[in-house]
This record gives sequence, structure tokens and C-alpha cells, in this order.
Amino acid sequence: MSMRSLTFDAIIIGGGGSGLRAALELAKSGKKTAVLSKVFPTRSHTVSAQGGITCAIASADPNDDWRWHMYDTVKGGDYITDQDAAEYMCSEGPKSVFELEHMGLPFSRFDNGRIYQRPFGGQSKDFGKGGQAARTCAAADRTGHALLHTLYQNNLKNNTTFLNEWYAVDLVKNANNDVVGCIAMCIETGEVVHVKSKATVLATGGAGRIYASTTNALINTGDGIGMALRAGFPMQDMEMWQFHPTGIYGAGVLVTEGCRGEGGYLVNKDGERFMERYAPNAKDLAGRDVVARSMVMEILEGRGCGEKGDHVYLKLDHLGEEVLGKRLPGIVELSKTFAAADPAKEPIPVVPTCHYMMGGIPTNVHGQAIMQDADGKDQIINGLFACGEAACVSVHGANRLGGNSLLDLVVFGRAAGMYIEGALNEGIDYLDASQSDIDSALARMNRWNESGNGESIPALRAELQDIMQTSFGVFRQEDHMQEGVKKLADLRGRIAEAHLPDKSNAFNTARVEALELDNLMEVAEATAISALERKESRGAHSRYDYPDRDDANWLKHSIYFPLEKRLGKRDVNFKPKTVDTFEPKVRTY
Amino acid sequence: MSTLQVSLYRYNPETDSAPYMQEFQIDTQGRDLMVLNVLELIKEQDSTMVYRRSCREGVCGSDGMNMNGKNGLACVTPLSDVVRNNKLVLRPLPGLPVIRDLVVDMGIFYRQYERIQPYLQNDDPTPAIERLQSPEDRDKLDGLYECILCACCSSSCPSFWWNPDKFVGPAGLLQSYRFLADSRDTATRDRLADLEDPFSVFRCRGIMNCVSVCPKGLNPTRAIGKIREMLLTNAT
Ligand SMILES: Cc1cc2nc3c(=O)[nH]c(=O)nc-3n(C[C@H](O)[C@H](O)[C@H](O)COP(=O)(O)OP(=O)(O)OC[C@H]3O[C@@H](n4cnc5c(N)ncnc54)[C@H](O)[C@@H]3O)c2cc1C
Ligand code: SF4
Ligand code: SF4
Ligand code: FES
Repeated sequence: MSMRSLTFDAIIIGGGGSGLRAALELAKSGKKTAVLSKVFPTRSHTVSAQGGITCAIASADPNDDWRWHMYDTVKGGDYITDQDAAEYMCSEGPKSVFELEHMGLPFSRFDNGRIYQRPFGGQSKDFGKGGQAARTCAAADRTGHALLHTLYQNNLKNNTTFLNEWYAVDLVKNANNDVVGCIAMCIETGEVVHVKSKATVLATGGAGRIYASTTNALINTGDGIGMALRAGFPMQDMEMWQFHPTGIYGAGVLVTEGCRGEGGYLVNKDGERFMERYAPNAKDLAGRDVVARSMVMEILEGRGCGEKGDHVYLKLDHLGEEVLGKRLPGIVELSKTFAAADPAKEPIPVVPTCHYMMGGIPTNVHGQAIMQDADGKDQIINGLFACGEAACVSVHGANRLGGNSLLDLVVFGRAAGMYIEGALNEGIDYLDASQSDIDSALARMNRWNESGNGESIPALRAELQDIMQTSFGVFRQEDHMQEGVKKLADLRGRIAEAHLPDKSNAFNTARVEALELDNLMEVAEATAISALERKESRGAHSRYDYPDRDDANWLKHSIYFPLEKRLGKRDVNFKPKTVDTFEPKVRTY
Repeated sequence: MSTLQVSLYRYNPETDSAPYMQEFQIDTQGRDLMVLNVLELIKEQDSTMVYRRSCREGVCGSDGMNMNGKNGLACVTPLSDVVRNNKLVLRPLPGLPVIRDLVVDMGIFYRQYERIQPYLQNDDPTPAIERLQSPEDRDKLDGLYECILCACCSSSCPSFWWNPDKFVGPAGLLQSYRFLADSRDTATRDRLADLEDPFSVFRCRGIMNCVSVCPKGLNPTRAIGKIREMLLTNAT
């Protein structure tokens, strides 16, 4: 079979915020680069981000300091945030946010004309001693939309090459285990090509669709994670999944933490503002993991709302129509559509909902993907880069703070772009992939194309999502997780024999869904095994059987090796370059 | 009566010489589903039926389609809004070439968007912090920047159907005005010069189909009116 190949200096897989930011850097450099995305770029999940981008631009508070933001980030991550990475993000952040404004991002404004900032959870002044900060830069409650469209527009301005509605199937490695491109399929025609490149960037976003109930878009199937795992590369901190306190009950659709930042609060069935009991200082603006657990406790103790007592209410009516219309117009729209509730008059039913993957492909601050050598030392994977939600650099540690993902996207997207430009200038020369290297990257796709009968894709997907929802939710325990791991192992066997009935070429979305199912499987299994093996509670990972944080054994990243399905450990970075280390403390809000 | 009668536009270029309508009976179990949920149920029965979707909450603009004669987003359109006499007819967005089933080729729509130079232009030196903008000036962008490029408007516009290569169309013009209205943009003169010809803007007949279908409640006709005003003032 003759297959066309396309050759680039760098290929960026993903047209969300992180991919587009990396692409912009490379487009300006004049290198031959392209963005490859399974959806038209502005349809990427970044478009859904609501509340804002957190950054110490010192607008709401002229004395704000990036070091305070860094402190919050490290504490929020329950101390397995890499401090060199948090330092880089928080100190470089203002530059990146101003850059976005210069590109045209329509931020909301204060009366003095500066960018509007709102309070978000886990934010403080003066290293936790100065009270609540307001550090999240916002364009009403449509910040992700504004950010993604602005980045896309500026890529148009800089003539970036786009392969839109192309699906990346698997990575291609050469005989030395260097990544030298990928196999990709043009969705419109079904043509499969070998994309050759000296640098391959995975900017494929999150994987919230491993859970039955999630705030994530339908396309968030963890494709980049799946590709890297199948190539044998390790994943970091995959047990760390953030459950957002305010997913709309029943629909999963998110209402931003900005609602609470603007003065909204949660109540139980008695109308009690219960967060005052769990987090006396920060109350509704405690870390997301803390708020989500408190909500589940209220529900378990019989104080949940509704007929089944299985959710709580988010109260916003006291803010008044004007504030709602000006600061939270998108939320009003979503609440009316998905909860049949007008927040100006009645509360929104909400429940903790899978939202964000803190774990991912381990990288350094340049976006270079990392594995471990035989002695457990970090080793760069030649040719492979990652940024955005797919990467674990790790600025979010065990729990991400609101607004820190958008900042992560632009800071590390840019950093990866700059690094790749430099490396290309110095010259990159890897061995070409052989025909058998290419064939092994094609094997999975060929398997689906040749499948004659077997179980159906939607049914298997639903089963996977149910297992994750039941056994790896907000609270976890050994026996449930063990059962979950067993069921997943069985499911993997069945997925390997499942059936793709539609073998056509033109815009075959069934084939895309089949390929995505394999990725969901990879992410789910990595999550499950990592969660089972981390025997402590930290950040978003909460266990009934190990309720305490165990710094003696687990002040570490977990690192999952797919070939042996084994969990190892990796050191957390405690060596920022310009500030003192933030030593682990008990985390209270 | 919880069985919904769905009539769906089908066309697969590899096997069909012409498009046809296919009937499906869908059991909604009495729930007021979104049209997107109905499509998901159909796809479980027949995996060869294709459509686009991503966010499932009305912000990505993937699933613009024609539902009982009106363009909108499947994911935020409850059945109760569109179904009449228990019947739902689903077709691709009109006026754009069909790739397969409900998936249209949006190429011409995107080219008209690119053509208006949809990015901020400002020749002044960039300041060390952000450019300042008063809340009043920022308010002028409300109702403009929120466009999700779903093409519901342009594909319901007769002027766009007849001249998709020359008339920018409501979506593109709304974005054009988004930059004309931005106090930070300095390219007003060039932007207007590019729109002066008899087609780009002046093909709009004020029929307002665009306004009545926009799922984000935006008003391209008003933006087009403002551009006309600017063009006319500019000319004198
Ligand atoms: C509802 C919601 C609200 C949020 N609000 C905020 C907020 O206010 N502030 C904040 O900081 N964070 C927020 N987040 C988190 C943040 O939006 C995401 O983490 C972030 O947008 C991810 O960006 P990304 O660039 O990594 O990936 P994405 O934007 O998800 O983009 C992934 C890209 O990869 C492409 N892709 C994936 N797989 C393939 C493949 N196989 N082949 C080709 N292309 C592929 C996709 O097409 C897409 O272009 C929110 C998240 C959700 C769910
Ligand atoms: S008002 Fe103008 S742009 Fe809108 S539908 Fe009518 S002709 Fe088209
Ligand atoms: S103006 Fe409205 S209908 Fe037109 S593309 Fe934008 S969001 Fe869609
Ligand atoms: S799926 Fe995104 S707008 Fe409908």
C-alpha cells in the first residue's frame, strides 16, 4: 500500500489554547510547521472555559505579587507542584496575559481601563496571610472563547498552516525510540498519511470523557495520552482528577467558580451556607477539592437537595440581574437551558463533576517529554513535546487552582514553541522511521478496519464511563478500586475485539469514535492503577482507607509505566531559582 | 406518545448518487431531550449517520443544522422548541455543499471570515502592560465578540446563497464590525476601504433571517447597518 507522507519541521497536534499558542511562536519563526486538529480550532474545548485566567498582573490590587500566586499554586497542589515550573508560570504569566491583550482579547475592564480581575478559589495575598485576592483576569464569563478566538485570529494573521479535521492516530518512533512524527487521517476523505516531523507536540487536551458525568466536551477523549502510552511512554500523577464543585446536576455542564467569586454561595437542603463549617476562612472559595468533598459529605449525611437528596444548590439571586447580566451572562444562559432555572430568581442545582486532569505526559518547562531510564533518572524523549492539559509539567500538582489552566496553556505553549525554534536552529537529525516502524503505528487502525463482528462502540464506552464513575470518584477505597481495575482489564480485552461496522472513507465519525475509545481505555487504566497504588490522600485523591497525607512516602509524583502496568515515583522539584522553597505545611482554608 | 418521528437528510458520496430522507422512530421516554441527544440515539441504531459536535453546550459552534426548517444548534435546542405534531425534520445547513449527511463544507464561510482580517491591528508601540480601554468602550464589543462561527446566520441568508464568494455575509460582517468598533484597533480606514464595493456589504437586503436564527442572540443586521453608516460617512 502506498501512503502519502507530509513533512514538517514541527507538527502540533491540537488546536486548543496551548497548541495555538505554540503554533504562533513557530509561525513567526518561519519554520515549516502545521497545526493538526480533529476539530476546527475554535471548536476545541478551550472555547468552553468560563471564569478566567489567573495571573498577578496587579490590576485589582496594584501591590499584587507573582510570588503570592506561586505560593497559592504550590499550596493548592498540596505540595507536589513542581516549584521551578510554578515559579516559571507565575513570573512569566503577566507577559503572556499582556500579550493576549495586545493581540486583541476583549477582556472586561475596571473603571481605570485596566483588565478586570475577580476572586477565585484558593487565592490569597501575602502568602496566605493577607486575605482573599482577586487575581483572575476575565472576559465576562467567556474567557476561554475570547482567548481561543484571539489566538486563532492571530495565527491567521501569521499564516499558520492548519490541517483542520485531521485525526492523529498514533506516534511514529524510529529504531532509537525517538518520536519522528505520527500517523494521521484526514476525516473528510479518510486518507491516511505519515506526518514526518522533527518535533511532535501533543497539545491534545483533557480526557474527562472517561467519566460518565463530566464538564468536558465530547471530544475530550485523551488521545495524546493514549498515543504516548501506546508508544510505551510513562504518565505522571494520573490519579489526580479534579471534580469541579459546580457541574449542573443531571447535565454535567459547568457553571464557573467565578459565580462564587462574584459572591454566590452553596447551600444545603436547610438553606445553610455549609462551607462556613468546612472552611471557616475561605468558605466557598476554598480549594476545589475541599469544596467538592464538603458537598459530598453534606449529601452523604442527608442534607442534599432535591427528591433524591443527591445535589446541593448554588445561590446567585442576591447578586441581582445587573451583576449577573454583566459578569455572568453565559451562566444565566446555561442555567436556563440545562437546569431550567433562572439564577436571578432561583438557585442552580449542582454536584461535583469530573472536570480536569492534573496528570499527563511529564515534561520540563520547555515542554520536552520525559521518561525514566533504568536507574529512575529523568531522560528526555527525543522529538516529543507536550503542553496544555495533556502535559504534566507540573504546575497543578494534586489539585489545580481555578484560572491556572488557561495560564498554563499560554505560558507553556509559548515556552515549547520557543524551545523548538531554538532546537531547530541548532539542527535536529533523527534516523528516519523504517517501514516496520510505520506499520506498527498503523496496526491499531488496521485492526478496526478489518473487524468483522464484535461488541458495539457506544455500549463499551458507556461501560467504561460507569466503571470510572463508580470506582474512581471523589472518594476512593481499596476494594472498589480493585474491582474497578479488574473490570477495566476485562473491558480492554473486549475493546480489542470490538466491531467498527462503518468502513467508509468520507467523514466517518464512527471510525473516529472507535479510535477514541482505545484512548479512553488507556487513560482509564492509567488512572485506575495510579489511584489504587497511591496509598494516601492528597489534593484531589481522597481515600477512605488512607485518609491522611503521607509526606514520608508520597511527597512524590506517581509515574505509571504502561508496558509493565507498574506505578513508580518521581521526585517533585523543590528548587525554584529566585525564591525560597515553599515547605510543605498542613493545608487549611 | 413518546415516539418521535425523525426524518433525516442522508447522503454518502461514496454510495449515494443523490441525497434522500430517511425515517427513524425514536423513543424519547417522554423526556424533553436536546436535538443532539436524539442524534446520539440515532447513531446508536445506525453508526453510519454522521454529524459534527464537540462542546454539547452551545459554545463551540459545531452542530449548526436545519431543524424543522429553522437553523440552530442541535445541542441547545430542546425538542419542545422545534417539534411540531411529533415530527422532526433534520437537514444540513442550507446553501453550503454537503460532505455527508448533516456535515457541510464550511470552506466558503471561513474564507469570508478570513477576508475581513479578523484580528486586532494597531500600529502604535505596544505598552509594557495592557492597552487601556474604558468599560464604556469595552461595552461596545458586547454582542459582537461572542460569535461562535456556527454559520447558522450566513446559511440562512438569501444574499449569501446567491453570492457566497462576493457578499461577506452576516457572520463575517459582524466580526468586521467587532474590530471596527474596538477602540484599540487603528485599521478602520483600510477595513472600510476593503468593504466599499457593491457586494461585500451592500448586498445585504435587511431581511433579518440572520438575526432570527443566531443561537447566541447576536444581531448581524444592526452591525451591518453600522458599517453602512461608516462607509457612507467615510465617502462624504
Ligand atoms: C467547562 C470548563 C470550563 C473551564 N474554565 C476554565 C477557566 O475559567 N479557567 C481556566 O484556567 N481553565 C478552565 N478550564 C480548563 C481549561 O479550559 C482546559 O484545561 C484547557 O482549555 C485545555 O486546553 P488545551 O489546549 O490543553 O486543550 P483543548 O482546548 O482541549 O484542545 C485540544 C485540541 O487537541 C485536538 N485533538 C485532540 N485529540 C486529537 C487527535 N487525536 N488528533 C488531532 N487533534 C486532536 C483537538 O481538536 C483540540 O484542538 C475549564 C474547563 C472546562 C471543562
Ligand atoms: S439582514 Fe442582511 S445579512 Fe441578514 S439575512 Fe438578511 S440579507 Fe442576510
Ligand atoms: S453571528 Fe450568530 S449565527 Fe452567525 S455565526 Fe456567529 S454565532 Fe453563529
Ligand atoms: S456541540 Fe458545541 S455548539 Fe453544539
